[in-house]
Amino acid sequence: MLKLETRPQPSRLWTYVAPLLAVVITMLAGAALFAALGKDPVAAIATIFWQPLFGEFAHYYRPQLLIKGAPLVLIAIGLSLGFRAGIWNIGAEGQYIMGALCGAAVALALYPMENGLIFPLMVLAGALGGWIWAMIPAVLKLWFGTNEILVSLMLVYVAEQFLAAMALGPMRNPDGRGFPGSRNLRQYESAHNAELISGTGMHWGVVAALIAVILAYVLLTRHSLGYQIRLTGQSPRAARFAGVRTARLVLVCLGSAGALAGMAGMFEVSGPAGQVTIDFNVGYGFTAIIVAFLGRLHPVGILAAGLLMALTYIGGEIAQSNLGLPAAAIQVFQGMLLFFLLAVDVLTNYRIRIVTREAA
Amino acid sequence: MDLGSISPALLLASLMVAATPILLAALGELVVERAGVLNLGVEGMMITGAICGFAMAVNSGSPLVGFVAAAAVGAALSLLFALLTQFALANQVASGLALTLFGLGLSALLGQGYVGIKPPRTPRLDIPVLGDIPFLGRVLFSHDLVVYLGLALAGLIWWMLKYSHAGMVLRAVGENHHAAHALGYKVVRIRVLAILFGGACAGLGGAYLSLVRVPQWTEGMTSGAGWIALALVVFASWKAGRVLLGAWLFGGVAVLQLNLQAAGIAIPVEYLSMSPYLVTILVLVTMSADKSRAPASLGRIFHASQ
Repeated sequence: MLKLETRPQPSRLWTYVAPLLAVVITMLAGAALFAALGKDPVAAIATIFWQPLFGEFAHYYRPQLLIKGAPLVLIAIGLSLGFRAGIWNIGAEGQYIMGALCGAAVALALYPMENGLIFPLMVLAGALGGWIWAMIPAVLKLWFGTNEILVSLMLVYVAEQFLAAMALGPMRNPDGRGFPGSRNLRQYESAHNAELISGTGMHWGVVAALIAVILAYVLLTRHSLGYQIRLTGQSPRAARFAGVRTARLVLVCLGSAGALAGMAGMFEVSGPAGQVTIDFNVGYGFTAIIVAFLGRLHPVGILAAGLLMALTYIGGEIAQSNLGLPAAAIQVFQGMLLFFLLAVDVLTNYRIRIVTREAA
Repeated sequence: MDLGSISPALLLASLMVAATPILLAALGELVVERAGVLNLGVEGMMITGAICGFAMAVNSGSPLVGFVAAAAVGAALSLLFALLTQFALANQVASGLALTLFGLGLSALLGQGYVGIKPPRTPRLDIPVLGDIPFLGRVLFSHDLVVYLGLALAGLIWWMLKYSHAGMVLRAVGENHHAAHALGYKVVRIRVLAILFGGACAGLGGAYLSLVRVPQWTEGMTSGAGWIALALVVFASWKAGRVLLGAWLFGGVAVLQLNLQAAGIAIPVEYLSMSPYLVTILVLVTMSADKSRAPASLGRIFHASQ
């Protein structure tokens, strides 16, 4: 009979091995899924994980890795702070939308003025938009004791409706001959989040993501606030005795997650996406949850996990056009990854012992 | 705008229909949470139930087959959650989110061939005498079987939790799993059964959306119904009777905003569509101050060695 024995401390080794093992198991399960869909499993897996990096058209796909990875890393870094402290912001998708809308609003209001300060102003507006949207669940939690999971999630649907209202109403391009969607910010030089080095995919969002990784690392390892976050996650009771002010943590964790998600949205709308449209958001806010867990809530881990998840997005698109693999198959694939990670993680916290039935 | 075109009898009748999916899902989750488990995967189980029920009903021509299949699929998905949280002792919040993300993807994958198809009609029960009562007959006695199943389930769960031995054991497990374990109750087994029941209810609720309420399949069609069901359980302070009240409240809001859209009120559609979510937040704000009613072991991991 198998028995789980609590480890005195989570296993160091398994902390690193578990995500890798989860990826391998997901690849195997994914291959089975693709085979069930009537596709060659080996070809599908190779298309997803090999083609974007080393395939014939890799020079085109590699920059995409940064473009798709940056919002995921940026959002996941913010989420990871809260997740560590047991504060569950799962409404990043809404904060991402509101950030994009606020950033775009600044640009559209100032169009067609050209000024070097417009883009920094948009970044601020984006961060502010996401921050305000995240402050709603935070403040309601502190004042009324509402559950931040449910409130932040409800606000995603509100934000989606608001996005539709904006794309069809106030932000619609006046020169767009009645088509929904705003002006294209890529054609507005002061507001365009352009590639910094041509052909690399490197834009300001990527820079921001890297800075966020470094700041989060410093915060968690060198700053007392990071210590309080980690302490609250590991033992809320001990944290209270140590004088950690929970209210402040809620505000800081939700606020920084919102600001980062808002910035991610703003960098997306002013660069890769270009305009405010009804279907602007593609689920980065939810995929970032998987990224945060896969990266072990650690900044460097999140960087790696974000790139891996970006790879599955790009590979998924290639598999879609080359092999006719349905787009939803990749979504299932990403969902399975989190499942397997959580399952494998039992080995990090527990030891499996085989016990022969002992006399009572 | 023509508010006069809104008929109160029809409005209340469609309120009952609109309330049923979230009622079923919330009743299932109520049982799960009373057993001390927080399953955030309701949305994922609902939407997978919606497509599986839809597909089975279309292929077999029988809505009943669809509903049974949806309940089975919901339970099967919840088994994944049960394995993760009860045997692999994973974090319940993370596992529930995983279930929702997985379910959303899976349903999109399964539903590809079913967009734009009409499902077989779920027949209304025409209850003889009662159905002919003016007004009340239309509001209460002219629905399909699942509406009455929802109502019956609400009554049954209320009675079970309050008066039966099984309900008492379930509550004991949810309030203090170590004490329940010490008394010899099989904590894990009871929780797994509760989770399976919750999954079946969520699947059923999802199928009601795609087979009756809408009725067709579109990707992401539950649009937060599973999350509203979760909020409903908090609103109801973990009591079955109040889940029913809450479901009617949300059904009412949903129906009213649709009617206002149809009547051509001067507010843009998008802002009206926000209302169910805003009402949910409002309800959470008013009902969340008193945490004492939540099951004491809710969301905590049980491991017999501790």
